[in-house]
Amino acid sequence: MTRFFLFTFLLAVPAIVLSVAAKIETGKAVTPLRVSRVCALLFGVFLAVAAIAAITGPHRIDLLSLLRQDGAAASPEHTIVFSVRIPRIILAAIVGATLSTAGAVFQGLLRNPLADPYILGISGGAAVGAVLGIIAGLDFLPFGIPVLAFLGSLVTIVLVFGVAGKRRESQSGTLLLSGVIVNAFCTAAIMFLISTASGTRLHGIMFWLMGDLGLADTSQTLLGGVALLAGFIVIYLHARDLNLLVIGEEQALQLGVDVEKTRRVLFFAASFITAAAVSLSGLIGFVGLLVPHIIRMIFGSDFRLLLPASFLFGATFLVAADTLARTALGPSELPVGVITALFGAPFFIYLLKKTEAGRCRF
Amino acid sequence: MPLLRVDNVSFRYGEQWVLRGIDFAVEKGDFLGIIGPNGSGKTTLLRVIDGILAPQEGSVLLEGAEIGKLRREALARSVAVVPQYSALAFPFSVEEVVLMGRAPHLGRWRFEGDEDHRIARKAMEMTDTLGLAARDMESLSGGERQRVLIARALAQEPRLMLLDEPTAFLDIRHQVDFFDRIRSLNRDRGLTVIAVTHDINLAAHYCDRIILLKDGRIGAAGPVEAVITEENIRKAYETRVMVDRHPGTGSPRITLT
Repeated sequence: MTRFFLFTFLLAVPAIVLSVAAKIETGKAVTPLRVSRVCALLFGVFLAVAAIAAITGPHRIDLLSLLRQDGAAASPEHTIVFSVRIPRIILAAIVGATLSTAGAVFQGLLRNPLADPYILGISGGAAVGAVLGIIAGLDFLPFGIPVLAFLGSLVTIVLVFGVAGKRRESQSGTLLLSGVIVNAFCTAAIMFLISTASGTRLHGIMFWLMGDLGLADTSQTLLGGVALLAGFIVIYLHARDLNLLVIGEEQALQLGVDVEKTRRVLFFAASFITAAAVSLSGLIGFVGLLVPHIIRMIFGSDFRLLLPASFLFGATFLVAADTLARTALGPSELPVGVITALFGAPFFIYLLKKTEAGRCRF
Repeated sequence: MPLLRVDNVSFRYGEQWVLRGIDFAVEKGDFLGIIGPNGSGKTTLLRVIDGILAPQEGSVLLEGAEIGKLRREALARSVAVVPQYSALAFPFSVEEVVLMGRAPHLGRWRFEGDEDHRIARKAMEMTDTLGLAARDMESLSGGERQRVLIARALAQEPRLMLLDEPTAFLDIRHQVDFFDRIRSLNRDRGLTVIAVTHDINLAAHYCDRIILLKDGRIGAAGPVEAVITEENIRKAYETRVMVDRHPGTGSPRITLT
């Protein structure tokens, strides 16, 4: 019963705040004040959701007793909240923020609303690396799987950009195509590896491929956070350039953007943070596609607001999804990617309907 | 010193020469039309002038400074382009699009300030788009959209405005409305304009001087009356036309025969 109430809160808090924000924020130009106001609001939502997530789980937490014994780390409740749940919430936040930011960047760079962080094949390469690692039994090495996944995605990045090459004409199209092809190749390789894997490994492989936030330890989470922050700063410095790229490369040039350099920097930064996140969490789908669209429908397309808002809401979204993933079926966990897709897809369709094919804002 | 000097420019895509020995100057306040048949190099010339394409021979000088050596940002503060058409991948409002014209004037960290909003507002007033400010670009008609693109170009506060067949998709009423606005900006505010167009009569009606391109070379150049002649048009377009005077304005007028 308590769990039911907590779930309701988990979904209701972001939904209510966003729909109120949608009413207030319609069609205003982006100013620093507006960016900080929206960010403060979304950060508040994040804190609320994170707090609910921290007290939700198979083991019931008595809030009063938790608060009363300050500093005494001995009690099991204290250990569960501070050593198990909060680190996992932080990881979910980092991964959600990363995927949403990268998704927004890729959608802008490729001028394609279907783009997500995995569109250029990063997921495929990471998956091949991770699956190889799991089959070889490297999952008990502290950095085994993440390092292999990261290397795998670096290889694909190099490959995809190598294939796309320096051809300037319709470079986006070439990039998309080579991303699709690399992903298809990787899928085949993964299927091959899976068909040779033994039964005990299969469970681990499946969880990795659907996303699992229970894998990383604190030092890995920390590295992911540092990568995200560095990447986000670089990306945000180019936020206005991204606006101009959305209207077309030639017009961006005519409005003063150094298009080639900007594209290179942004592709690299977004790919890098995606690779870092994927190596920690496996392939969590839908967040990177969905969150930028939700934010765009509510707050508009200006990247100076879209990027930080996607960052914060992406973190919130994945923390909520992961809380459902680890509690919905009692003590056994679901892969978080199942939740993001199961809840994300219908919600997205609802939003599309509500905003007349997603074009105007509500 | 002329505002723009195109100094003996030749350009090729691969082995194919598209422009050969193009040489002319544009003074401040000029309204220059560039006409010519398909494939004669009009759009390529415009891209060379705007520094998007670098010529293999010759150079383009903006107030004596070589365009290829300027940073894009600096160039965008002096030269604005009104494109044929603009398709946005994601929804932006008219006001947001016009404010994008301020981008080359802002540093990496700065948002548009009061001054930028004032300039954008004035640009929208001059193009009658202020009432559209909150509208989504996608919801505009072709004529409204081109007016917004003029407003964006004006917000750049350029010294030179390039028009790349800006009325190709407009009906005659909106073609005339568009060029009337550009001409009054040219007459009243001294804005220098270079317009590439397919429409010889529009060019003859609005421009002070015309360059007629043929096969990447200047076929004829000079005042409208000297360029728009039956012989020049026939040579360039390989089409027989009749040229007479517009009864109202006296500018040359072509008719197919």
